[in-house]
Amino acid sequence: MHEFAFLRPRSLSEATAQFASSGEAAYVAGGHTLIPAIKSRLRMPDALVDLSGLGLAGITQEGGNGSGRLWIGAMTTHADVAAGASAIPALACLAAGIGDAQVRNRGTLGGSVANNDPAADYPAAVLALDAVIETDRAAHAADDFFQGMFATALADSEIITRIGFSVPLEAAYAKFRHPASRYAIVGVFVARFAGGWRVAVTGAGPGVLRWTDAEVALAAGGALPAMPSDDLNSDIHASAAYRAHLCGVMLKQALASLA
Amino acid sequence: MQMTLTINGQAHSVEAPAASLLVEVLRDVLGLTGTHIGCDTSQCGACNVLLDGRALKACTLLAAQAQVAAITTIEGLGTPERLHPMQAAFRDAHGLQCGFCTPGMVMAGLEIVRKHGTQLTPELVANELEGNLCRCTGYVNIIKAIVAGAAGMETADA
Repeated sequence: MHEFAFLRPRSLSEATAQFASSGEAAYVAGGHTLIPAIKSRLRMPDALVDLSGLGLAGITQEGGNGSGRLWIGAMTTHADVAAGASAIPALACLAAGIGDAQVRNRGTLGGSVANNDPAADYPAAVLALDAVIETDRAAHAADDFFQGMFATALADSEIITRIGFSVPLEAAYAKFRHPASRYAIVGVFVARFAGGWRVAVTGAGPGVLRWTDAEVALAAGGALPAMPSDDLNSDIHASAAYRAHLCGVMLKQALASLA
Repeated sequence: MQMTLTINGQAHSVEAPAASLLVEVLRDVLGLTGTHIGCDTSQCGACNVLLDGRALKACTLLAAQAQVAAITTIEGLGTPERLHPMQAAFRDAHGLQCGFCTPGMVMAGLEIVRKHGTQLTPELVANELEGNLCRCTGYVNIIKAIVAGAAGMETADA
């Protein structure tokens, strides 16, 4: 593998300082995207700055059910979210469906959200649950955070510390997953709040997106909309038209699991 | 880089490049070749080891990242004379054909017991095994072996 230095900071400030002084540096959380990317030389960092020693794991709830926020530390693994996010069962269920058991023992919430893979599961929950992405220097609203394929509002050296998910009245996630990679070919997360519905779609387009037509239809109790295929992805796994169709199917499945 | 790894209860001081994968250090530096490299892309689970009791794919973990944890490999479970109950169950149920995936399957079996206890159903094992590939046996005897091995662990504990 491409050679790099491995740095183990003990504080956020040490981590950002190491990142700034190490040429082309990369933060490593669980490493389940980064290490494969380094193996294939898609990434060739000079240094990896390990975020595991900063105390960024854990789950705490603020406020009651149907209100408040569930705060999850950035280094919390998918397995721990699946087991511990009982205040938002749809989020626990989403985490339990990422990758496989071994991957869930290692992959992290913060790593997934910072990477913003267009087919990742977590961005759909972050967006639909109107989450706050807290970092070492700022708090980002979910609606401003995701900026298309692998792009986010994070500055180069910025570190996600924890994510606060709004606790909904009810929510569900339905995913049509690729059978080998287990990534979402299409995933739809629906959440109902006192103020209305939020619907987020992952896997279908170049990045996670809000499906506002569906939100309006759900609020009005009207017929569910069709997803236009114009801006959706086409690849060897699924055409844009098929992904558009799957958006409707996954929306119905998610709504059915609420009932 | 200099690193200290705790493997099967023993501390090892290792000099290896920072970019070394855990599975490479286990096999090439320490000679623990029971942990296999199958796909090298975190699909197949032949490289499963336990890190603080949790199963992980050692092809997608740097050895440097594993320094803070207790690592258990297949060599740490039993001996040829005194097999771990999960290993014995794979032999008894003929839960293998070529045997290449077996160390990873045994470690996955231990992970399933950790999460679900010793009374398992074949359906649950089949679902939980999705991160382990076998290209020989079609899984039927592997699942039987894990169900039996889990029950055997309860007896061994008693």
